[in-house]
Amino acid sequence: MPRGKRKVGREDLQGIIELCRSVRSRGLNPFLVDVDDLVAVLRKYFSEWDAPEDLCLDAEALNEIASIIKLQSEWVKRRSTSLYTDPFLLEEKLRSLSNEKTAKVFLQAWHPIAELEQLSIRSLEEALRYWEDLLPLDERMLRERASKVEPGTVTREELVKSGILAEEAFLEEMRSLWRELKEKTGMDGRIRYWDFIGSQSYEESVRRAYLTSFLVTYGYATMEIYPLEDEIFLKPLKEPPLQIGRETLRWEKRKEQLFSIPVPISYEEWVEWRSRRRREG
Amino acid sequence: MEKQEAPRRLRGRRKAYYTMKMRRAVHLLLFKRHSKPGAKGWELRRSLGPDYMKVLKVLDDYLEKLDLKVNVVFEEGTGKEAPENPTPEQLNRARFYITLRGTLTPSETKLLGWRIDDIAALAITISYIISKDGKAPRKEVEDLLKVKLPGWRTETNLNRFIRYGYIGEDENGQLYLDWRTRAEVDTRKLIDLLLRTEVEEGSLNRYGRSVGSMKADDKGGRTG
Repeated sequence: MPRGKRKVGREDLQGIIELCRSVRSRGLNPFLVDVDDLVAVLRKYFSEWDAPEDLCLDAEALNEIASIIKLQSEWVKRRSTSLYTDPFLLEEKLRSLSNEKTAKVFLQAWHPIAELEQLSIRSLEEALRYWEDLLPLDERMLRERASKVEPGTVTREELVKSGILAEEAFLEEMRSLWRELKEKTGMDGRIRYWDFIGSQSYEESVRRAYLTSFLVTYGYATMEIYPLEDEIFLKPLKEPPLQIGRETLRWEKRKEQLFSIPVPISYEEWVEWRSRRRREG
Repeated sequence: MEKQEAPRRLRGRRKAYYTMKMRRAVHLLLFKRHSKPGAKGWELRRSLGPDYMKVLKVLDDYLEKLDLKVNVVFEEGTGKEAPENPTPEQLNRARFYITLRGTLTPSETKLLGWRIDDIAALAITISYIISKDGKAPRKEVEDLLKVKLPGWRTETNLNRFIRYGYIGEDENGQLYLDWRTRAEVDTRKLIDLLLRTEVEEGSLNRYGRSVGSMKADDKGGRTG
């Protein structure tokens, strides 16, 4: 298979896997996925895969499609049972009923558990141990008294570490990251989030993600999010719309809609990104 | 004379046996020893013996007079409905609780520390999750609750329901029904009653109204 086609094929399979996973994890309607289309994509590439890792990727994609078919089957089964209630009907009812009526209805179906809490031997033992280890009050006061320190010198690093010089250093670091972002973006002016923040070590990746969040907040860059594909892109702006430093522009003056998006940077994701990066060469 | 005495003695001995076992079962079921109340089937079997289900049946009959009952909640994955003839393995893994047989009146819930608004919020949360096939995004539930409650109360309530075990939240921010709902709430009845309840006129304009009065509700008795 030609190298370019192989790359496109892998991306397609990865896309299928991500799509199926996001439908599964977010509890979306499984019929949003057109299984026939996905199978057609698998069929298109299957005869041309030769490397074991590509065949594994193909098998993984097939497995994800199978899980979507299972979800579809469960969905149909659930809707055909007497337990099924139209969510819109119920939501409408919940919206229109008063709080008293809703509570009254709930009380007719609620049978609370009868339970008693009490001290156990174990908790008594723990309390005794704590009491025995606890120093007398006068001794504790003695420890908390300030100690006398001789005058000395302090390095810049120590000041940064203690937070005194942190802001300037931080802003400088952020600006250099912005320059790097502008250099790294391709023809379409954007770069995959993980491709930008990802680094050789997990710690460094987390640090870059942390700085990137400020790039976006301060308007040095924007984020494009495609929830179904589970893709996030970063797009640098030519000039920051905000004056960084103490005199930041008021939020109301910004035209775009601002909202927070949590982006998890887990160790597993970093490992996955690294292996994908290695595969892609 | 001796012939009549023997069965009586046997009955007395059996009664004493079940009384003793019932006491032990009540201790296990009522006093909280772990993070969750109640006891697992295997714990009861170990403490009460292989005929623990019979002991629980006797206890359940006794508790009926006190408006309480022994409730069995089978492990998740056993199915939504309790199995008709559970296997010993299913019983071992099931959790047994003592719950109220009937229901509470609104004034009683006030004594338990629940405001009527909080109960309504719990009802809305549980029903909405059920309507979404057991999983709903937290954001959607919050938006629905905000129609009825102030924003800060919505978050406090949801966190409280999670802490109590009525609902759980997964890593994707999806809410699901947790162990306490499965133990305490008759979900099918709740949905049926909600759908059957008539909407009073003008209620559409009363969103967000704070409800405090519960005196009128006290007149209604138990249904259960």
